[in-house]
Amino acid sequence: MSAPTGVVDQALVWLNDPLTWTEPGGVLELTGEHLLMTAVAVAVAAAVAIPAGAWLGHSGRGAGTVVWLTNASRALPTLGIILLLAAGGLFGNTATVIAAAFFAVPVLLVNTYEGVRGADPDARDAARGMGMSGGRILLQVELPLATTLVAAGLRTTIVQVVATIPLAALAGGGGLGQIIAFGMGTQRYGEVLAGGVLVAVLCLLIDAALAVGQRLATPAPLRRM
Amino acid sequence: MPGNPWFSWSYVVGNAPLLWERTVEHAGLTVEAVAISAAIAIPLGALVSRSRWLSGPVLGTVAVLYTVPSLALFAILAPLLGIGRTPVLVGLVVYALLIILRNTVAGLATVDPAVLDAARGLGYGPGRLLVQVAMPSALPSIIAGLRLATVSTVALVTVGVVVGYGGLGQLMFQGFRNNFYRAEIMTATLATILLALLLDLVLWAVGRALTPWLRRRTA
Repeated sequence: MSAPTGVVDQALVWLNDPLTWTEPGGVLELTGEHLLMTAVAVAVAAAVAIPAGAWLGHSGRGAGTVVWLTNASRALPTLGIILLLAAGGLFGNTATVIAAAFFAVPVLLVNTYEGVRGADPDARDAARGMGMSGGRILLQVELPLATTLVAAGLRTTIVQVVATIPLAALAGGGGLGQIIAFGMGTQRYGEVLAGGVLVAVLCLLIDAALAVGQRLATPAPLRRM
Repeated sequence: MPGNPWFSWSYVVGNAPLLWERTVEHAGLTVEAVAISAAIAIPLGALVSRSRWLSGPVLGTVAVLYTVPSLALFAILAPLLGIGRTPVLVGLVVYALLIILRNTVAGLATVDPAVLDAARGLGYGPGRLLVQVAMPSALPSIIAGLRLATVSTVALVTVGVVVGYGGLGQLMFQGFRNNFYRAEIMTATLATILLALLLDLVLWAVGRALTPWLRRRTA
């Protein structure tokens, strides 16, 4: 292995080459693929977790299950699940999206659950007194009050999915992780370093953008700061 | 090869020494990472919760580090620190840091001000106040942080496979490369989960032994 400075130089040279970015399968295309997979995985997870969390929170059932699911999901090694899916015949980007969505569900579920469950009982009571049905209370009172927590959950989820997708590159999936996996496979450590920096920067940029989005999504009366 | 079962006892029995070696490697790395992290995060948490102007920047910096994906962090550290154990250990310490730090700060923030006042009235100095009054009160939250950090670290170690040191993750990846040897991947995955649960149980027991007053209260 070359000296550390050599690796940094290689990474800089690689990152400075315009072709690195624009060639087919280059950084720009991989970033696009990465973001597309993220969007699909988050959409799938949200479609499952938000209605389920809202319903469980509204009915007050399943508190134990929700907490257990969140804790258990932390112990699951993401890499193991991705490799098991691959060994079961599920390869490439579809498998990546499924695995990423799978790990995104607990975070969203628990945040939606806590948000709806934690809605001010007085507001819920007032809504009931005004003759609102259960469904209307959920949609017009509890969910708006839960926006802060749901938005926070979405932000965590999106960043987590962006971070999970590179792992799937080890099992042949796409996205920016390919640069790291390819560099490791060919012992070009400059590219490994560059790939790591690209993935890290993408995550930090998305987190920063979502921090702004989260503030905008929070109804004005609930904003603090 | 006759079939490719998801699980096979003959694999477990035949590879018991290797499985054991990887599990010990995995557990050792986890314990070391969480211990180093706790040695940094608990004093830092105590320091940070004393001054408001310090807590923002410190927690913010650690949170930014936590946002960097594990694979990317290992990939960045490996060329700089060399392939092998060191980059994985450093990366794991960074991730455990945020969890333990947050819980320490949160635990210290919930200490009853009346209790602190009473201790001050009894003539406790700031050092004794922290060690003998504030820390024991914050202990349940700190232990919860240690448990969470340990469970996450066990799962994260597997990612170390990219830099050639992933404990049980090595077996998962080896099984994947070895014509999708399902039994190997499954066994390593299950062993990882069991290790996480076991270490969690140990910490739970330690926490219970260290906070006997909580048991008396609920009993």
